[in-house]
Amino acid sequence: MRVTRHLVALAAALTAALTLATACGGSSGSSGSVGSDGKLHPPKLTAQKSLGQRESAVNLIAWAGYVEDGSDDPKADWVHPFERQTGCTVHVKIAGTSDDMVSLMKTGQYDAVSASGDASLRLIASGDAAPVNTALVPNYKDVFSGLKLQAWNSVGGVAYGIPHGYGANLLMYRTDKVSPAPTSWGAVFAKDSPYKGHITAYDSPIYIADAALYLMRTRPDLGIRNPYALDQKQFDAAVALLRQQNANIGEYWSDYLKEVSAFKSGDSVLGTTWQVIANTAQSEKVPVKAVLPSEGATGWSDTWMLSAKAEHPNCAYAWFNWIVSPQVNAQVAEYFGEAPANRLACDHTADRTFCADYHAGESAYYKRVWFWTTPIPQCVDGRKDVTCVPYAKWVQAWTSLKG
Amino acid sequence: MRLSPTARIVLRTTALLGIAVIYLPLLLVLVNSLNPDRAFGWPPGGITTRWWADAWHSGGARSALWVSVRAGLGATAVALVLGTLVAFAVQRHAFFGRQTLSFLVVLPIALPGVVTGIALNSAFRSVLPPLGLGFGLLTVIIAHATFCVVIVFNNVAARLRRVSGSLEEAAMDLGAGPLRTFRDVTWPLVRSAVLAGGLLAFALSFDEIVVTTFTAGAGVQTLPLWIFGNLARPQQAPVVNVVAAVLVLASVIPVYGAQRLSGDTAAGSRI
Amino acid sequence: MSSLSRDPHPADGRPGGGTPGGAPGSGRGSGPGRTSGGAPGSGRGGAGGGAGGGPARGRRAVRAVVRTLHRRPRLRLALLLTAPLTWLVVAYLGALAALFLAAFWTTDPFTSNVVRTWNTGNFRQVLTTSVYWHVALRTLGTALAVTAVDIVVAFPIAFWTARIAAPRYRHLLVVAVLTPLWASYLVKAYAWRTILSTGGPLDWALKPFGLHGPGYGLPAVVIVLAYLWLPYMILPIHAGLAGLPDDVLDASADLGARTWRTFRSVVLPLVAPSVAAGSVFTFSLSLGDYIAVQIVGGKTQLIGNAIYSDVTLDLPLAAALATLPVAVVVLYLLAIRRTGALNSL
Repeated sequence: MRVTRHLVALAAALTAALTLATACGGSSGSSGSVGSDGKLHPPKLTAQKSLGQRESAVNLIAWAGYVEDGSDDPKADWVHPFERQTGCTVHVKIAGTSDDMVSLMKTGQYDAVSASGDASLRLIASGDAAPVNTALVPNYKDVFSGLKLQAWNSVGGVAYGIPHGYGANLLMYRTDKVSPAPTSWGAVFAKDSPYKGHITAYDSPIYIADAALYLMRTRPDLGIRNPYALDQKQFDAAVALLRQQNANIGEYWSDYLKEVSAFKSGDSVLGTTWQVIANTAQSEKVPVKAVLPSEGATGWSDTWMLSAKAEHPNCAYAWFNWIVSPQVNAQVAEYFGEAPANRLACDHTADRTFCADYHAGESAYYKRVWFWTTPIPQCVDGRKDVTCVPYAKWVQAWTSLKG
Repeated sequence: MRLSPTARIVLRTTALLGIAVIYLPLLLVLVNSLNPDRAFGWPPGGITTRWWADAWHSGGARSALWVSVRAGLGATAVALVLGTLVAFAVQRHAFFGRQTLSFLVVLPIALPGVVTGIALNSAFRSVLPPLGLGFGLLTVIIAHATFCVVIVFNNVAARLRRVSGSLEEAAMDLGAGPLRTFRDVTWPLVRSAVLAGGLLAFALSFDEIVVTTFTAGAGVQTLPLWIFGNLARPQQAPVVNVVAAVLVLASVIPVYGAQRLSGDTAAGSRI
Repeated sequence: MSSLSRDPHPADGRPGGGTPGGAPGSGRGSGPGRTSGGAPGSGRGGAGGGAGGGPARGRRAVRAVVRTLHRRPRLRLALLLTAPLTWLVVAYLGALAALFLAAFWTTDPFTSNVVRTWNTGNFRQVLTTSVYWHVALRTLGTALAVTAVDIVVAFPIAFWTARIAAPRYRHLLVVAVLTPLWASYLVKAYAWRTILSTGGPLDWALKPFGLHGPGYGLPAVVIVLAYLWLPYMILPIHAGLAGLPDDVLDASADLGARTWRTFRSVVLPLVAPSVAAGSVFTFSLSLGDYIAVQIVGGKTQLIGNAIYSDVTLDLPLAAALATLPVAVVVLYLLAIRRTGALNSL
């Protein structure tokens, strides 16, 4: 029979392919472990002590807008001056999500990455990121101290990168459609919301932390102390809240363009946002306002991290120093729409009120912001008696709650 | 076919309506490329040629276009060779597993791009480093060629099926050697099919994004990847519309040229 | 012999065959490229230029090889197949096999690195988690709906371009169908986002009728995917219809069949393989899509999104999930192979 013959041949081909695949499968590198003290023990890697001869190139993974060479916007070019000054040719790969960044870093072909906090600990734990000797980055001294040696960019007092810029995930609403003006995240989590079908939320598992943050205040009995350190019970409560919110969601947003156009058309009237999205929408005459709600907010703080397999570490260090130098840090922060990491950058922004608009360096403001940190089994709030839900489970929960 | 006048009118109207639906979104892209707003909105806020000027000066778009053209040409070249070979094997020979082979050729395009993408990605990751290679343009070409083979195969195989071997046999009977038979009989017969297949393969590679995402190396930015990156950039969305509008306008020339060359609308446009 | 007459011989068919003022000056038919390949005889003499001994001997050697190959079809077949088979089996099946092998491994929750301990936990998770089933069924339904919509929309267009429109316009019409393929997928998807937005062009057009658009969600996904893959359905149907012999249709009419009867009993069965061929594209491209869904799907997610979100953190689970669409596609291909569709793809 023809079908049988066909299947036999296919099976033969598959067997051959399988044999081949098994023969040349990859191998996983060294990785960290959990110590008996419950702390994170990344693989033993040491930062380089001194800078050597610069290589001729550097391969970067970055968010769109972080490494601009003027080819898309002639006014935004801080790559060519760097290349002229250091002799390091810059190759950049734009990543769309933190997950992309992690998988790209695992290829070992890149020297550095502008990782957000939801990726950084993953890279450290798996041994893909190496410690960074901050003494070799002169401009590091001018970085806001509140950004140094934090949970999302260091382990046990060892720095794993250079802060780049940061911002908060704010609550945005259409002033003409939403009243009274919301001051609490309760507006997006309310069960019987009058804005059903027009609420939006960030499309990432890390958004579970936003629910946890809200529960921190509204359900003290759960005992959440850090929205990124959730034990199973706390995690389930946050997921349940999001499942309930899902009924009211119009769409989840992931990119800037999607969010602005949705608020413009009125498809979304209420939800999380970034400051830069609010500013753009306002500049296009969309009546929106963005606020930091009473519960505080989650936020991101991006870090330039060095690959453990970097082929061009010296050029990478040169890039670190360049991107946090006052002028360049001001340029990139203004282009992307975030607070600069270097406090001296505020003197160099084209828009004089820029740092005030983005609350750069306002410690009172950012004290209320919980920057993205990768959830790992070792609770990052310091609890030793329980295991926390790791990020991979957050991802699965996110898929399942969206239904 | 004899159609009643009513059937004729109904068919013509629905067809025209269909073509209109195909072009309306493209028209909107054109309108948006002239829209002063950065985020697309309706109705447009006015008219500006600013984005066209910006796009003209966009070196990023131009170099991405060049990368895409190179990737497309590379993948098409490989696909042309492999696809034509398989087509000749399947159509002119009988052998065990012939059916399986035509099935196998279809598989790369039929399986979801995300599956092909992650499969090739993890395969490259384990195979390339020992060879001292990394991800780059070559990996994109390999990946694209894999799913472009089927397009060429289909075109050539369809043509070979229609012109059975009898013509070639006739040429041989008349004293032509195999080489001459191929050059003067077989090749002229399949040439247009090869061309049409090549063009569609190129188009497929040119607009591919999912598999490309997983297989492109650092600094290799094809046009779809550039578009993806720029839709995520705060300032660039309108420029992307300009590029898309230009692409549509510019593509008419090669598509039209190939259609004329292939001469046969029926077989010249097989997927 | 009817197939021959419909198959113009490009070498001599084109140059004379009326191109009304088409290509200016560039010498259609007499270009240097055409002479060597097309016109018999002249190409052979002119190819070498100077008839030196080297080229002649080379040519003789080539001819000897060709003769040998001609006499030994098995060898010829082996040569034809070696390169493509190596490519497809090693590069493609090998990669796929490795991926599905990975589905039996696990990930270290701590580092999200793949750990090579053989287990079936991922499959158990995929099969027992109801959400995955819902998502898979939704995806299957979407792909079928997209295919159905495309068949319904593509048929009249293809019928028109292949059989009704004046023959001299048919080239242009095929070009008109092909052109949108060159506008970027992403740009088209975002254009649809604008069209479907609240108060957008669709709402605006439907308002006089007291209707409004579907907004973002699953219906929007079906519309946009159907739009994106429509040319892939039109082209095979067009090719199938254009290839229908006139005499069959005439015979049906002569036997007294009305339009609809001819269509149902003659055209449809003959074109069915073409439709099935087009459906391979619309069905499987829809099955794996995750980008258009993000752009117009509102909060909808399809299997592609689930796979994509698990790729970096839990490759084994993503691989296990990926077996669902792969199984569906393979079954689909096997099913339509019986219609002969794979031959008319």
